[in-house]
Amino acid sequence: METLRPILAEHPFFKDLDPRHLDLVIGCASNVRFDADEFIFRQGEEADQFYLIREGMVALEIFVAGRGPVKVQTMGEGEVLGWSWLVPPYRWMFDAHATELTRAIALDGKCLRNKSEQDHDLGYQLLKRFATVVQGNLDAARLQILNIYEAHA
Amino acid sequence: MKPMHEETATFATAAPMTPIFCRVLKTRPETHDTFTMEFEPPEGAHAFAFAPGQFNMLYAFGVGEVPISISGDPDDPQTLIHTIREVGAVTHALRAMKSGDLAGVRGPFGTSWPIEEAAGRDVVIVAGGIGLAPLRPAIYSILSHRENYGRVVLLYGTRNPDDILFRKELEGWRARLDLSVHVTVDRALETWRGSVGVVTTIIPRARFENSNALVMICGPEAMMRFTILELQNRGVGLDQIYVSAERNMKCAIGLCGHCQMGSEFICKDGPVFRFDRVQRFLEIREI
Amino acid sequence: MTDRLHDQEYILDRDHLQDLLDTLRNSGRRVIGPVLRDGAIVYDDLASVKNLPIGRTDIQERGLYRVMHREDQALFGYNVGPHSWKKFLSPPRTRLWQGDRSSGMVQISNEPPETQKMAFIGVRSCELHAIAIQDRVFIQSEFTSPPYQARREQTFIVAVNCGQAGGTCFCMSMKTGPQATRGFDLALTEVIENGRHYFVVEVGTEAGMTVFEQLPHTVAGEAQKSAAESAVAAATAQMHRQMDTSDIKDLLYRNYRNPRWDDVASRCLACANCTMVCPTCFCSTVEDTTNLKGDHAERWQRWDSCFTMDLSYIHGGSVRASTRSRYRQWMTHKLATWIDQFGTSGCVGCGRCISWCPVGIDITEEVRAIRKSEESFLPPTEGHHGDT
Repeated sequence: METLRPILAEHPFFKDLDPRHLDLVIGCASNVRFDADEFIFRQGEEADQFYLIREGMVALEIFVAGRGPVKVQTMGEGEVLGWSWLVPPYRWMFDAHATELTRAIALDGKCLRNKSEQDHDLGYQLLKRFATVVQGNLDAARLQILNIYEAHA
Repeated sequence: MKPMHEETATFATAAPMTPIFCRVLKTRPETHDTFTMEFEPPEGAHAFAFAPGQFNMLYAFGVGEVPISISGDPDDPQTLIHTIREVGAVTHALRAMKSGDLAGVRGPFGTSWPIEEAAGRDVVIVAGGIGLAPLRPAIYSILSHRENYGRVVLLYGTRNPDDILFRKELEGWRARLDLSVHVTVDRALETWRGSVGVVTTIIPRARFENSNALVMICGPEAMMRFTILELQNRGVGLDQIYVSAERNMKCAIGLCGHCQMGSEFICKDGPVFRFDRVQRFLEIREI
Repeated sequence: MTDRLHDQEYILDRDHLQDLLDTLRNSGRRVIGPVLRDGAIVYDDLASVKNLPIGRTDIQERGLYRVMHREDQALFGYNVGPHSWKKFLSPPRTRLWQGDRSSGMVQISNEPPETQKMAFIGVRSCELHAIAIQDRVFIQSEFTSPPYQARREQTFIVAVNCGQAGGTCFCMSMKTGPQATRGFDLALTEVIENGRHYFVVEVGTEAGMTVFEQLPHTVAGEAQKSAAESAVAAATAQMHRQMDTSDIKDLLYRNYRNPRWDDVASRCLACANCTMVCPTCFCSTVEDTTNLKGDHAERWQRWDSCFTMDLSYIHGGSVRASTRSRYRQWMTHKLATWIDQFGTSGCVGCGRCISWCPVGIDITEEVRAIRKSEESFLPPTEGHHGDT
C-alpha cells in the first residue's frame, strides 16, 4: 500500500492534502488496470468506488435503443472518474468502459464515506475537491448541449 | 495589412470594389456542408501571396460576394485555396462551379496570425468546426519551419465525427512526433475511438508552457469565449491569445461600416486580433 | 482661427449673388443649393437666386420641421433641412461596375470616374465639418473610395455663416460652428440692415479668389465686418441645445450595459431616418444583380443603415437583433468609437437626427440620460472597462 502514497500525493486531485488525511485515503485505495474494451462499471450497478486515471482512456456511455451506445464523455490521464459513490442512492448513471489499456487508482467509496463521517475535515476536503470535478463536468455538459461549434445555435 | 505584394493582389486600388476573375481548378467536398475550391492565379499573375489568417472576397457572377478565409499553404502560393461552408446563395453558387468556371476574387485582406511573434515559443492552436480552415495556413507555415518553434499543439473540436475537416491531413499530422494533435467531438457513437467532450475539456491536459505559449483560436464566438476562460484558468496571459473574429462584410476595405465590432473594423483591423485588445468588445452582447 | 487666404474681407451685394452662380456655372460647374420643395428646404440644382427659399425660415424641434415665412427677404435665413451634401459626394445609389459573361469569359467595365464639377452654395459650418469627416473616412483612410475622391476634388464650396440657430442645433457643443472657419472656397455672411442687403465675403482658397475676382465687389469696412460678426453672434446667443462632450468616449465605452438603452429602444422605431439625414453616416451596402439570362451583372453601392437587421447579418442571424443594440451601435459609433477610428467625433451638432426622428428622440438628451443614470448604475464588470 505504501507504494501508492507518492502516486496519490502527486495526483492533481489530492494536491496539498494534509498528510494525516492522505494516510486515511491510502487505506481505501488500490491499484487497478482495465484492458481495452473492458467495462469499469455499468449503469444501475452500485457505485462503491471512484477512480483516479493514471493512463489510458475511459468512455462514459449511455445506451440508447436504436442508436446503440452513445459516448457522452471520455477521460484520460489525471482525471477523476465517478462521483455517484458520494450521493445516495449510490448507483452509476452511465456505463464506463476502457477504450484502451487503462491504469487507475480505485478508491473505495464506502470506506471513504465512513472515514469522512468520523473525520469531517477529511469529508470537507473530499467534497471541496469533488465540487470542482462536478462543476467542470457540468460546464462541459452545458457546452455540449449548447453546441458551441454552431454559430447562433 | 495592405496586400503584401501589389503585383499579386487581386484588386486594384483605383477600383477596389472590382474583382479579378480566376478559373476554378477543382472543387471537392470536405464534410456534408463544407467544400474546398482551388483557383488558378488570374491571367498575367503567377501567384497569390497572402499571410495566414487573411481572407478574400469571393464573387459568384451576378449572385453576390462573400468573405472567405484562405485555407491554403502560404509557401505554395501558385494555387489559391478556400474552404467554404455552404450557408447561403453565394456559397451555394460557388459550390456548383466546375473546373474551368470563373469566380471573382478580391483580396487578400486583413491581419494575419502572429507567426513571426510565435518563433521560439510553444504554439497552441485551438479550432472549432470550420474554424480550422483559417488556421490551416498557420499550421502549414509552422510545420514547414518547425525548428523555429517549441512545442506545437493542435486542439480541434467539432459537434460530430462527421464534421471533422481535413481528416486525412489531421491523421498525417497526428502521426508526426513533433506535433501534438487532440481531436474531440461533442457526440459520438461506438465507432468513434477518439475523445468525446467539448474542446475546452482538453485544454487542461494539453502539454505546453503556460508562460511562453502563444495561442491562436478560431471558431464561433461562444467556443472562443469558453476556450479563453479555460486558458485563463491554466494561467495563460490574455496578451498571449489571438482570435479571429467574424462579421458581415460588404467592402472589405473599411468603408461600408458592416463589420464593425466596437471601434474595430474586422476587415482591416482584423480578422485576427490579440484578445486583450478586443476583450472589452467581445464581452458585450450584440455589440 | 479662420483658415482663409488673407485677412481681407469683401462685400458682395445681394444683387450680385446671381453673378456668383453664373460665374460658377459658366466655368462648367453644376450649381447646387437650397431650394424649397414639398414643404422642406432641400439641396438641388440652383439655376437662379430666385429659386432660393427667399424670406423663409424653418422651425425645428424634436420630431418637428416646418418652413415658415420671415419678416425680411433673407436668402439664407434658415438652418439645415433633411438633405446633406453627402447626397452629392456619395450618392444614395451608385453603380460601381458592370460585367458581361460569354463563352467562358467575363468582361468587366468599371464605372467611369465622375467628371461633372460641382459647386455647393450655402454650406453651413457644421456641414463643412461633416464633409471633412467624410473626407477622413473615404480619402484619408488606409483604403480610399475613388468615386468619392473624384467628386470631392472637383467640388467648389460656398459656405454661408448662420445668422440664427436652429431649434435642434448644438454646433457650439461640438465646436463645429456657427462660424465657418475652414474647408470653403468662399464664405458668405448675410447682412440686412438699414435697407441694405449684402454679403461679407471671406476667401478661403486660390480657386475661390479666381472666381470672386470676376464679381463686382468692394472691400469690407469695419462697420460691415462688425455687422457680420453680430449676425453670427446672434446665432451663438440663440443656441440653447447642448451636449456635454467631456469624457464622452469613455462615458459610452463604460455604458454598453446601461439599462438606459432599453428605455430609448422602447421609443426607437429603428426606421433609420437619423442615419439617412446624418451628414456623416457613411454605411453602405453592395448589391450584386444580374439579368434574367445571367450574362450581364452589375454591382451597385447604396446607402445602408445600422438600424437594419441586415447590416450585421451573418449566416444564421443578425449580430444586433434588438433595437436596443442597434440604437446603441449608432450612438456609440457616432460619439465614441468614431473617435478611435478616425480621430474625430462623428457628430457635428447639426440636429437633423433630432428634427427628423419620427418619435422625437434627442441624441443630446440620451447622452444626458446616460451620464445621469451612470450615477446610479455601475456596470458589474467595471474593472474590465475603460482601460484600453
